Amino acid sequence: MADTFLKEQARARSIGDWIALPVLIAVIFAAPFFPAVLTSVPNWAILPVSNWVGEGLNWLARDAGIGGVTFADVTRALAAAAEAPIEWLKIVLAEGWVTGAGFNKVQAAPPLSWLGVTLAVALVALRLSGRGLMLLTLVAGCYLALFGLWVSAMTTLASVLLCVVTALVLGLAIGIRAYRSPRTEAFVRAVMNVMQTVPIFSYLLPTLLLFGYGPSAALFATVVYALPPMVHATVLALRSVPQETLELARMTGCSRAQTLWKVELPVAVPRLAIGLNQVVMMTLNMVIIASMIGAGGLGYDVLRALRRLDFGAGFEAGMGIVALAVVLDRLTQAAAHNQSTQAVGLWRRRDTALALALLIFFTLISFVIPSLGLWPDDLTLTTAPFWNGAVSFINREFYEPLDAIRTAMLLKVMNPFRDLLLATPWTLIGLLVCSAGYWLGGRRAALTVAALLLFIALTGYWEPAMVSVYLTILAVAIALAIGLPFGLWVSSRPRLHQPVQLVLDTLQTLPTLVYLLPAVMLFRNGDFSALIAVVSYAIAPAVRYGMAGMKHVPSERVEAAAMSGCTPWQTFRFVRLPSAMPTLLLGVNQTVMMALSMLVIAALVGTRELGQEVYTSLTRGEVGPGIVAGLCVACIALIADTLLKSAAARAARHEGDIHA
Amino acid sequence: MLDAKAAASGDSALTRPVALSAEGVWKVFGEHKARFARRSLSERSAEALTKDGLVGAVQDATFQIAQGEVFVIMGLSGSGKSTLLRCLTRLTESTEGRVFYGDRDIMTLADKELVKLRRTRMGMVFQHFALLPNRTVLSNIAFPLEVQGVARDKAKARALELVETVGLSGREGRFPAELSGGQQQRVGIARSLATDPEFWFLDEPFSALDPLIRADLQTEVLRLQKTQTRTVVFVTHDLDEAIRLADRVAIMEGGRIVQIGTPEELVMQPATDYVKRFVAKVSPARVVRVSSLMQPSADATGGAGVSANATISEIAPLLISGPEEISVLAENGRPVGALNRMRALETLAAGA
Repeated sequence: MADTFLKEQARARSIGDWIALPVLIAVIFAAPFFPAVLTSVPNWAILPVSNWVGEGLNWLARDAGIGGVTFADVTRALAAAAEAPIEWLKIVLAEGWVTGAGFNKVQAAPPLSWLGVTLAVALVALRLSGRGLMLLTLVAGCYLALFGLWVSAMTTLASVLLCVVTALVLGLAIGIRAYRSPRTEAFVRAVMNVMQTVPIFSYLLPTLLLFGYGPSAALFATVVYALPPMVHATVLALRSVPQETLELARMTGCSRAQTLWKVELPVAVPRLAIGLNQVVMMTLNMVIIASMIGAGGLGYDVLRALRRLDFGAGFEAGMGIVALAVVLDRLTQAAAHNQSTQAVGLWRRRDTALALALLIFFTLISFVIPSLGLWPDDLTLTTAPFWNGAVSFINREFYEPLDAIRTAMLLKVMNPFRDLLLATPWTLIGLLVCSAGYWLGGRRAALTVAALLLFIALTGYWEPAMVSVYLTILAVAIALAIGLPFGLWVSSRPRLHQPVQLVLDTLQTLPTLVYLLPAVMLFRNGDFSALIAVVSYAIAPAVRYGMAGMKHVPSERVEAAAMSGCTPWQTFRFVRLPSAMPTLLLGVNQTVMMALSMLVIAALVGTRELGQEVYTSLTRGEVGPGIVAGLCVACIALIADTLLKSAAARAARHEGDIHA
Repeated sequence: MLDAKAAASGDSALTRPVALSAEGVWKVFGEHKARFARRSLSERSAEALTKDGLVGAVQDATFQIAQGEVFVIMGLSGSGKSTLLRCLTRLTESTEGRVFYGDRDIMTLADKELVKLRRTRMGMVFQHFALLPNRTVLSNIAFPLEVQGVARDKAKARALELVETVGLSGREGRFPAELSGGQQQRVGIARSLATDPEFWFLDEPFSALDPLIRADLQTEVLRLQKTQTRTVVFVTHDLDEAIRLADRVAIMEGGRIVQIGTPEELVMQPATDYVKRFVAKVSPARVVRVSSLMQPSADATGGAGVSANATISEIAPLLISGPEEISVLAENGRPVGALNRMRALETLAAGA
């Protein structure tokens, strides 16, 4: 019965196609003769949504309140409450106890000694993972100290620690609630889906408005940003607890609290640890970006260097971020790995004593030998002049080839494509995208896509949106053109799997800001640098899914092809590629998402798209436009997501697979 | 003959008081449960249920289990045996029916009473062990005691006792991941006995283990049952296991219990074709007991002889060169009859 239904549906669709296709072609050719209303969004149609949002939020921030307590009082109290632990952590880790101000500034007590902290963390690394990670930790610690990045790094680390703890507690609480009530879960999932596509800058705006410039605003933005993955991980982890284990809890007569604390959470710990790793990395990324609204730390060093075009200093601070990111990632990953392999008893009580002793000993000694507290400025190493020299050298010696590449790309590919997109009537683009939605995912997909497109058009961000689209499409195309074939190639060489995986993991742990530096150093500001940065960020998922796609091909099919006498190319073309298609399409989707999230950051190097709109609003403190432009980026992401997921589902149905 | 049998086994299942009884237990899945409730008992055939879009996982299960009896629920996968077990323990709410523990219907217990019943009178062993990976062997075994707030050193002492009982001495500090499957299930067994329950539920406890370990653990269960007799409900899909352990077996097919009987009854008098096909490969000598074949006589002479409760295959070595009439003894050593050697040999040959 289902079969005839499908056939009928297919017939109806093919008839539809026969009529629709000529109409579509006719419309495309008619495009140059469209009336003005259809070519660009008319002014009278544009709704002042950004004003509404801005006014609404301003009202919320200034005037809203219940019974004498205004919303502003609440946010101010929250900010003050958040300020205290940040300050406290900063005193311990970064700045030490300081009395007086200005010229009277006296350091009453030094912060924890850099040597002590590094050795203590190295001990943790040794116990959790082994000598390799210990060495890595030592190198990273020494780098941060000797290059004068210690205070910045510890400021960043203090924010990260505080945010992770907060996100962990809140995420667990919300996750447990969502796990128990399906309705809460549906709601939370819907909110989280949007939250994950909204660009990172948009989180900064409302918090800036509500909490003011400063570390506590950064804290709130970061916690909100890092919350969804923690909630998600909690729900998944709790759901992975086997049915039998839950039955055990009931048969032994556990109360609700006993079930949660003694059974569900302990059994879920390995998966929670994986979630924690993600949360730590997202937090670090956000804390770096949040230096724009006063988080300080390494991110601020990079931003300042970018503004001064001091590439050397920027590069050094960037490497500091990399060092911090890699150590944090490897440590939390090792912890998660130990949890899932049930490796226990690695950390003993005397290790805690030893770590504390290291911290206290070196900190006490630093009263006498200050260089153990903070590496003195005059002994600080720097390679900044070297990098600056290298950049000027490259720009002097290789100016012509680099500039030729840049100009050629800009003039021959990028600008024409951008102009084509800008010149194409918005109605035509809308029609094409909606038809694609209908063809791939049916009426539902088409309607979703249409609604999202209308939002962009009616809020007046059509043109910057098209610039974003052009950069995204180009970046994704390049990333796929390099990444997918490379991934496919690696997949057939098992010896390369592990090293490539390691490189990909490392690339994905790096905060987005770091990717801008090399691009700017070589190609200065502008769209081309942005393109390079976006491509280098988005290439990791392309490679990863290329490898994964090939791994999913059932080996029986490959054997059947070999026994039918296929050549390797035929096997690839007729068996491997179609089988891998659903996964590859999901990879494309992931690449698009990564490209969009990076594109917004790339606004810092002077693009002229939606990200720039958000960024300028941020610097000017205009909440409305910032949020609405951010939502437009989210719309583009959701459109791409709808289309590509439908395509992947279609390909999977076609292949008779269920894994997509 | 029946009397003789009862006398021979001394303390037959049927003569002991009823510990657990199920009356018309139903568990149906599907969207239209209201339709099910409207149907009278006679209208609830498998076809009728299917027509209503319902699946009858357990259909009209009725039986009584005597105190100290090992009651095995056997069936192929999907026959509803695990669901039935869960209805008995109320891990699953049954759609209809009553399950009495003594004189209390578990279906009507309030949450508090249910928790108390489970904490004090029930123990359960799970198919995939359900050990808590973050706890040591000792701490896993002490878990049921910890949950009900038994003092720590008391719980530990009891757990250590059980570690010894199941033969894991010296491993009490290990974590589950450091144990073999068989050892893990020994922990599961020890944990289920921590509170010294009257009712012992085992849900396919050995089906995840390889055959040799399985045999070891079956022996373990028999040994435990001999020393500290409990009322046991044991679910399995393995007929050999059922025959080895059961006082009585309930065979399930498609949600219905098709026959309840001793292993001997199942093999010698299968109620349906399904049961017949199921037991076809079991040699009668393995299930037929001496008491069924002997000639009862009150004046038989004492001395050497075979146990009335032994199966024919258990006494097979004696049949090779024994006397024509072998004397049969009850468990208390009193002679109760005589076994004709040829009759026994015929039974032995029947399954060959």
